[in-house]
Amino acid sequence: MSTADGTDVTPDGAPDDGGTGTGTAAVAAAPGKDGAANGAAGAPRRSVASRLVGRAGGTVVQVLLVLVALFWLVPTFGLFVESLRSTEDNGAGGWWKIFSHPSQITTSAYSSLLDKPDFVDSFWNTVLITVPATVLVVAIASLAAYAFAWLEFPGRDWLFLIVVALLVVPVQVALLPVAKLYGNIDIGGFKMYGSITGVVLFHVAFGLPFAIFLLRNFFAAIPRDLLEAARMDGGSEWTIFRRVIFPLGGPAIASLGIFQFLWVWNDLLVALVFANTGAQPMTKWLQSQMRQFTGNIDILAPGAFLSLLVPLVVFFAFQRYFVQGVLAGSVK
Amino acid sequence: MKPTHEGVPPAATAGGAAAVTGPAAPRRGARERLTPPSWLALLFLLPALLLLGFLVVYPIVYSVIRSFFDASGGSFVGFDNYTGVFQGHDDLVAVRNTVVWVVVAPTLVTIVGLFFAVLTERIRWATAFKLVVFMPMAISFLASGVIFRLVYQQDPDQGVANAALVAIHDTFKSGTTYPGAGPRTGGDQLVHEQGGAVLGSAPVSAGQTALLPLVKVKPEYLPKDAKPAAQPPAAKAGQVTGTVWFDFTKGGGGEQNKPNAGEAGLPGIKVEALRGGKVVAKATTGKDGTFTLKKVPSGAVTLRLPKGNFTASYGGAEWLGTTLITPAIIGSYLWVWSGFAMVLIAAGLAAIPRDALEAARVDGATEWQVFRRVTIPLLAPVLVVVLVTLVINVLKVFDLVFIIGGGDPNANVLALEMWTKSFGGGNDPGSGSAIAVLLFLLVLPAMLFNIRRLRQERK
Repeated sequence: MSTADGTDVTPDGAPDDGGTGTGTAAVAAAPGKDGAANGAAGAPRRSVASRLVGRAGGTVVQVLLVLVALFWLVPTFGLFVESLRSTEDNGAGGWWKIFSHPSQITTSAYSSLLDKPDFVDSFWNTVLITVPATVLVVAIASLAAYAFAWLEFPGRDWLFLIVVALLVVPVQVALLPVAKLYGNIDIGGFKMYGSITGVVLFHVAFGLPFAIFLLRNFFAAIPRDLLEAARMDGGSEWTIFRRVIFPLGGPAIASLGIFQFLWVWNDLLVALVFANTGAQPMTKWLQSQMRQFTGNIDILAPGAFLSLLVPLVVFFAFQRYFVQGVLAGSVK
Repeated sequence: MKPTHEGVPPAATAGGAAAVTGPAAPRRGARERLTPPSWLALLFLLPALLLLGFLVVYPIVYSVIRSFFDASGGSFVGFDNYTGVFQGHDDLVAVRNTVVWVVVAPTLVTIVGLFFAVLTERIRWATAFKLVVFMPMAISFLASGVIFRLVYQQDPDQGVANAALVAIHDTFKSGTTYPGAGPRTGGDQLVHEQGGAVLGSAPVSAGQTALLPLVKVKPEYLPKDAKPAAQPPAAKAGQVTGTVWFDFTKGGGGEQNKPNAGEAGLPGIKVEALRGGKVVAKATTGKDGTFTLKKVPSGAVTLRLPKGNFTASYGGAEWLGTTLITPAIIGSYLWVWSGFAMVLIAAGLAAIPRDALEAARVDGATEWQVFRRVTIPLLAPVLVVVLVTLVINVLKVFDLVFIIGGGDPNANVLALEMWTKSFGGGNDPGSGSAIAVLLFLLVLPAMLFNIRRLRQERK
């Protein structure tokens, strides 16, 4: 692969990643775009759209967007308030009653939920599934992406094309066969089917196509001179990968890691099929409490809120890093 | 990773060893170093290829084969599992819903995203707005599902969607009704019930007054601003006046069929004057229960309190009922994914060259024409990418339907049906595989689209 090729792919490849990939792709690419769009909006130029709207009247737009923003916030806020009221209060009236009865706020639902060993176990299972699935995808995909970007081997382009083709494969197509495959694996009493390992490997496999695609585009944009200099200095490929590529790929690896984390943390379907009760993550545990929806709001509301709190914190905390990473990949 | 590490040194030493053999060797060594051997690439690729091979590629092949066998896997059934997807009422509902999802959801999300992207260019707090709308992308469909189960609860005192609907409804249409209330019977029999409405028993004509006593008014429906019932005001020429009140004195006592002290007027009741079955005048009672019908033509009319006064008040929509359940779930999907569309389209908008727009304006195009003829075509590639991504995603939609639909067959989609058939008690891996393969076939165009784009980028 030539340098020209590398620089060719990146400007188009990286911003489009979000579009071609799975749902997770969107999460990564989007904040980057957010930054880009804002940057442009700050510039003196005004687009057609803004002029168009300008004539319609700025105030109307402001009011409309405030309403939309409220519309987007209210459902989550409702869940949060619902989780802070007792079962009786929730049964007696909607969460908005909190405005007239602020004394209804109580954390009792949270403390009783955290007293349930099942829930606490499922929280740790979520961590035990998410962290390895994220680390493994990053590690395995960066090795493969390095090979696709900087190593020569026969059939490279074809193989990469296959990886791109696998981007859109729905997980449904693999559920039954992999369940059967896992069912056959029983090593010294360790049964793959139902285990955390099984869930992790499935997530890693389905995270790989997008991860390889994203990282390859990023790695390919690294200046050839840097690599050749390192090779001339006698660095082995492993050293180059570790000392040059991996550190330079930091931003892309960070953004990949964040949305793989979100993707796995939020998964229900894979856990539903491959995790047994001992290995179930929070999503599966909460789902098992859904049968009695209204009767179980005191469990479901705080549980759902706790399960969405971690992704929200991760999302907001790493957002800047994230934006930089995707921008670095797309602008250069 | 370990094997790779150990695998590298031989390559490095090969150059060193070659240096001893002759003058040509160092050059070969240097070149070898710049283009590492292909077996090294294989080591780097090995973990990824193993996982992709066993857990992605092999399953596709297996599913295709499995889909031609029956539930037990013992006998070959040809395309029966595929035709089975389109037979039976419940299966057809799943197919129909999937079609609705694929047609409606991506289009709607893209339009809303475009709308937001255009509007946010106008405001200073665009970043905050984008974060708010984008936020649901970070949380799980399970959590979104729980959130919207709460939003869509039927009881307007529980679900915020119906609470809002009822509030809006009551703002535009007087919400005061008195379910369960009926005419005071006995005594003078001033009123009687007919087909759910309450009719004045004696005809009245312009210039007269009427008393319309009601009973069985439930306290919770009595408005707080209801005042004590008053005698009807004097009727002027062409008018009929009267009082509608709750003919019941707290603690007993009081004369029947007379608005006594302590009896409440019933505000907000619609009163009609009928002649020959046609409404000739209308009025609504005030806080003290009095009403004045104006411009009543001469001659006798019958007073009627229509049925609407006594039916239960508006209780909002049946979000999770048979007809609305799929639109309601698509609504929650819109809430989750609009941020994605908005952010991608906003980036696309920012990248549109200004010259093209200016040129169109110089040529005398209106802003709408510029938007329609220049901006949209220039945005087309982004819009296509957004749409394709959403279609792929919508085909796989499982969690939202599973959680919000709560097993309702009216909400079913193919991705959920695949799970039900295979793992959720359906016990039919043959049909499950067929549905999985169908979903796979449906994303094939998107796969080709991706490959084509990649090839174009390479050229």
